Amino acid sequence: MIIYAVTAIAILVSIAMALGRAILGPTSYDRILAANAIGTKTVLMIGVVGFLTGRPDFLDLALVYSLVNFIGTIAVLKYFKFGTLRGGLTSTQGKD
Amino acid sequence: MLRTISLFLVLMAVWLLLSGYYTPLIISFGIASCLLSALIARRMEVVDNEGHPLHLGPRIVFYWAWLLKEIFKANIDVAKCVLFPKTYLRPNMFTAKVTQTSDLGKVIYANSITLTPGTVTVDLDNDTVMVHAMTENSAEGVKSGEMDRRVTAVMGEA
Amino acid sequence: MDLVLDIITWILMLTGCVLLIITGFGLLRLPDLYTRIHAGGMADTLATFLIFIGLALQSDDFLVTAKLLMVIVFVFFTSPTASYALAHASFVAGLKPMLDTTGSDQRDSADPDEGKD
Repeated sequence: MIIYAVTAIAILVSIAMALGRAILGPTSYDRILAANAIGTKTVLMIGVVGFLTGRPDFLDLALVYSLVNFIGTIAVLKYFKFGTLRGGLTSTQGKD
Repeated sequence: MLRTISLFLVLMAVWLLLSGYYTPLIISFGIASCLLSALIARRMEVVDNEGHPLHLGPRIVFYWAWLLKEIFKANIDVAKCVLFPKTYLRPNMFTAKVTQTSDLGKVIYANSITLTPGTVTVDLDNDTVMVHAMTENSAEGVKSGEMDRRVTAVMGEA
Repeated sequence: MDLVLDIITWILMLTGCVLLIITGFGLLRLPDLYTRIHAGGMADTLATFLIFIGLALQSDDFLVTAKLLMVIVFVFFTSPTASYALAHASFVAGLKPMLDTTGSDQRDSADPDEGKD
């Protein structure tokens, strides 16, 4: 049980460091990277907290969160690149 | 047809693992929804070589085991690099040849490079891949072409 | 038997914790975006793997173990794609990577806007 708490604290410290990068980040890409890293660590956090509180059902949330995190990163990058979320990547690529 | 059946089996396995409720009514709902999804995917013609790479067979599993070992080694490299950047940090960028012919093979290769910490694929062209590496050591792993050979062997394109 | 499993879990998860802290440290410390992507990759791969394998050893329910393994598989499939998209987008946008100055064939890393951050 102690190991779960230790891991949770380590994850929180790591998230705080990534948050620091998100605040400092000179470019917006640094901030996206920090957001992505925080998302991955949140997946870990959900899993560990599920075990810490004795409710492994939380893993369903971790599963969904890992996919949402990926889609979110791609969506933000696409918005940065094209200025819009409409249309497929291949159809808009030739225009600019 | 074989791919549709295997897609149905995979969907069913995932459904059984995620559901956790095994009463006849719920299971019949699961079977119905998986069957519907498989049939719709078949009608949309998204069940192809790329979406459901059945032809790779068990070779891909051996490749994953090898990749996992590489990830272990690369992680130690990057950790050293973060802790002692003065000694180890030598960022460099280079292009390497891609010998896979299919899109799926190229994607597997590029993603394997990225998945190994210390090397990130920056650009993927028709037959070259541009890689950013953190140290000489991690760059050597891609330059030696061993990963490329293994992916080509997995794809059966050797 | 339980004790052995507990000890293995401790070792795996503590290693994962150390890797996570190193990742956070690297995100703050490394000099440019591309090297930070490498540091972020550590948390995505080995730290996730170690911590979730450690959790899987502690669970007595087969479904929970299967879900843990599924999370590992999802993260291993999606994280390189996200990293590639990020690196490619920033490269296309013209963000120059800082390259090593000691290499003879590498170009000089003295970009004019490098000292601004």
